[in-house]
Amino acid sequence: MIRVRNLVKSFGSFTAVNDVSFDVAEGEIFAFLGPNGAGKTTTIKMLTTLLKPTSGGIELDGLDPQTKQNEARKRFGIVFQDPSLDIELSAAENMEIHGVLYHVPRAQRRQRSEELLKLFELWDRRREPVKKFSGGMKRRLEIARGFLHTPKILFLDEPTLGLDPQSRNQLWSHVKKVNEAERVTVFLTTHYMDEADRVAHRVGVIDHGKLVAQGTPTEIKQQTGKESLEEAFLVLTGSTIREESAGSSDQLRQFARMWSKR
Amino acid sequence: MSAIYILWLREMKRYSRSRVQLVASFGQPMLYLLVLGFGLGPVFQRAGNGSYLQFVAPGVIGMTVLFSSIFSGLALLFDRQFGFLKETLVAPVPRLQIMAGRTLGGATVAVIQGLLVSLICVIAGFRPVHLATAPLALAFMMLIAVVFCALGVAIGSSLQDMQGFQLIMNFMVMPIFFLSGALFPLSGLPKVLALATAIDPLSYGIDGMRAVLLGVTHFGAVADAVVLAAVGAVLLVLGAYRFSKIEI
Repeated sequence: MIRVRNLVKSFGSFTAVNDVSFDVAEGEIFAFLGPNGAGKTTTIKMLTTLLKPTSGGIELDGLDPQTKQNEARKRFGIVFQDPSLDIELSAAENMEIHGVLYHVPRAQRRQRSEELLKLFELWDRRREPVKKFSGGMKRRLEIARGFLHTPKILFLDEPTLGLDPQSRNQLWSHVKKVNEAERVTVFLTTHYMDEADRVAHRVGVIDHGKLVAQGTPTEIKQQTGKESLEEAFLVLTGSTIREESAGSSDQLRQFARMWSKR
Repeated sequence: MSAIYILWLREMKRYSRSRVQLVASFGQPMLYLLVLGFGLGPVFQRAGNGSYLQFVAPGVIGMTVLFSSIFSGLALLFDRQFGFLKETLVAPVPRLQIMAGRTLGGATVAVIQGLLVSLICVIAGFRPVHLATAPLALAFMMLIAVVFCALGVAIGSSLQDMQGFQLIMNFMVMPIFFLSGALFPLSGLPKVLALATAIDPLSYGIDGMRAVLLGVTHFGAVADAVVLAAVGAVLLVLGAYRFSKIEI
């Protein structure tokens, strides 16, 4: 379903993704693991048409997201790592815009929107503007929105960041449900190794832009001779803490936050 | 088509909910209209040009539409910052439609703003001379709005963050306003200034409005409309092209 060959992305002299190749089969849940700044989000951006690869090939359901952008976009849904809601609008309005943009028929839009907002416990506050929501609520709304249409491939970029255990559980059981019932292929990234271990069929470990290991969680553990995926991960990627340079959008967000506090 | 509509609707909702912004956006036009309108009135009259308030009102309306349009294009930067832009860019909708929805929304807001300022002008004492052709002023407002919304999108798509914003304001938007003849008549200017005003698209918009509201014109109303439509078409293509190239 996803086929990546010798993918490279460089920004000037910095190579964020360096010669990465992997396949994700239809109906599979694939977890992409790596420390901060390893190239996970850059890879997802290239897979979802937001960035152009420097070189290498990508196929989504047999389509090149570079040349067949629109066809490729019809195949996937994505929950971004950083916020992507219109905070001036209400939760229901955000759902509505998403539904229209993804061509979900009106009746289905209403019905699924209600189910999902109830599932993620936002139904009672659906008419409030998103800017009044807490961080966790915004996150839940992003996730609910990601499930509004049924894509062939679902990208989840650190979906559980900032979620409480209840919502996390809700999310993963829902991911498993759509994966089993509707054969949705799932490509996810997370920093919680226990989640990857529990949910993913296969994992890939990326570090400094290079894929250092891939296989089932059991295989990875056997390869490194460790009991848990977390230990295996530390063996593969070392234990130094990575520095991540703040991108211009992060700086901007900080700037905005500074002003909104006044 | 539904994508264009929903993005247009989004702009409308955001506009109708931002009361503070709405009130704030009238501050500058009011200053120009009331302070300059009445302050320069006596001098203007003595020079034999009639009422300055009458003269400056179409300029102030044009300015309102200009600012509102450019801002709607630069709002792209806010959407980039708050992330909503990503949501629209990965949707299975041609980017041309996304751009069209935003531009139409921004243009509609700009025209509404222009109409509200027109109302203020009338309250302040502005009286259109030709009532029969006055509704055509709306058509000129729409043309101005499309031209500068498209320009705003083209710029907004090319900037990475808000740091370029002041640059755009000081070296582009303000010159467009001051060189448009919004505040002074275009006839009898020094050569360089005359040339600068002639390449400013807003000149044609304001001249067109003066033609239909007051019956005075420098370029001629038809020429005004043709120039605006042509510039608008070019900028729409440019805006759509720049928008299609956005990477996040």
